[in-house]
Amino acid sequence: MQEVTSNIYRMESRRILATLIRLLGNFELAEEALHDAFVAAAEQWPRDGVPVYPRAWLISTGRFKAIDKLRRRARFDASLTQLALQIELDGAEKPSDREEIKDDRLRLIFTCCHPLLTPDMQLALTLREVCGLKTEEIARAFLTSAPTVAQRIVRAKAKIREACVPYEIPALCDLRDRLEIVLHVIYLIFNEGYSFTSDSVSERQNLCDEAIRLGCLLIELVPDPEAAGLLALMLLQGSRRDANRSPDKQIILLHDQDRSRWHMEDIVEGTKLVNKVMAGNAVGFYTLQAAIAAVHAQARSTTETNWNRIVALYDLLLLADPSPVIELNRAVAIAMRDGPNAGLSLIDALLNRGELHNYHLAHATRADLLRRLDKPAEAQQAYQQALHLTVAGPDQRFIQGKLAELKVLF
Amino acid sequence: MEYLCLVYFAEKKLADQSDQEKTTLGRESKAYDEQLAASGHLVMAHALESPSNAITVRVRNSKVSTTDGPFAETKEILGGFILIKAGDLNEAIRIGAGIPLAKLGSVEVRPIHNW
Repeated sequence: MQEVTSNIYRMESRRILATLIRLLGNFELAEEALHDAFVAAAEQWPRDGVPVYPRAWLISTGRFKAIDKLRRRARFDASLTQLALQIELDGAEKPSDREEIKDDRLRLIFTCCHPLLTPDMQLALTLREVCGLKTEEIARAFLTSAPTVAQRIVRAKAKIREACVPYEIPALCDLRDRLEIVLHVIYLIFNEGYSFTSDSVSERQNLCDEAIRLGCLLIELVPDPEAAGLLALMLLQGSRRDANRSPDKQIILLHDQDRSRWHMEDIVEGTKLVNKVMAGNAVGFYTLQAAIAAVHAQARSTTETNWNRIVALYDLLLLADPSPVIELNRAVAIAMRDGPNAGLSLIDALLNRGELHNYHLAHATRADLLRRLDKPAEAQQAYQQALHLTVAGPDQRFIQGKLAELKVLF
Repeated sequence: MEYLCLVYFAEKKLADQSDQEKTTLGRESKAYDEQLAASGHLVMAHALESPSNAITVRVRNSKVSTTDGPFAETKEILGGFILIKAGDLNEAIRIGAGIPLAKLGSVEVRPIHNW
């Protein structure tokens, strides 16, 4: 029975919370109600059996527990009597239908990613309220302290309350802008999990899984090409999770990865999604990145990769979102297509513009091209520059490894 | 996870309350403890006697010395504590914020270290 309850908690608690927030109009009250509903379930279900519709049972129990609690607190704070009555009347007037309950999760996502909140707040609040991660887990994944994350969450909720942010799906005229923030939050969550700043494999994977889960939820609820593009991107990048690091946590570059360790089911699903969006008439930032990832995913090796298509996709990406980091990646693709010299002159021009001067990967990429051009002394110097710009961790170990290799070659 | 909610307040503030206010605060505190027990959050809750009944012990070079009163002179004194079980730090903060005496002072929420 305990297993049944905890399974239902895992599967349903976020949906129930989303509905309770709408019914009770308050995050804290809803969290308490969710907790109390599961305490009641643990007491009653072993005796009376699991209800036919456990989710509906938990929602209505949570709501009644909240009303009851407000009434009891009203003995000390009379203003709560009115609130309890209001919640009771609201719920009685319009019982939630299935469609509305389904939309509650979307309401919750849009509320957690409200433009009034800072990006830090949006991230923390989404991970805790929508994904159900604990404050301490979020802190570990983002290499921050738990009190810092906790305060972001407290402040975010206070802001939502004080500004009376409505609990709703934005109107069609605002939907595009608001959806962009949501996609960006999901993208940041995934990137944090996918990047190599943290050594803890499980924490990183946890973030990637949550981001993909959010992406699936989003395309189920809003049909949007960029939402589909983002999900495709995450599936395709995520497919390399077991190949891009050695057992001793060293970075393995695309070129050296054992491609049999790539997850085929993710590649198939991601490619299918991206092809569908690319066939349409609106192609954006996430879709183009996914299309590039799909080209890599289909190749058997870096030499058999269609670099021509990748360069063309980077050209489109630069149109959609001009940024020096994308230019750097395009230079790598050019180097693969036209030889290291062609890539090197692009990177040198980029560095001369000054924007990427403090970006360690620009120097590391330059070093790699110099190494391929048989210029070990210059390569060494560039790796040293890259090393100065990293902090202790996988990236730094990777560059140190490359430097050691060069010394062997000397 | 377990968290210790340390309740601090200025003694004078409590002393300045009317008898009726004190009774209400007492009933409210008892009701809150009962509520936390019912929801499975409560491990233990205690009020502390006034620091005027406290002794501070120091050991220096194996010598024990004692002084009256609390360890440090502060306006706000530790008046009581509630040890709770909570899902995460934010749930602990929510529970800490509900402690009725928080209205008179402050509540420090400290995670219990697991060895």
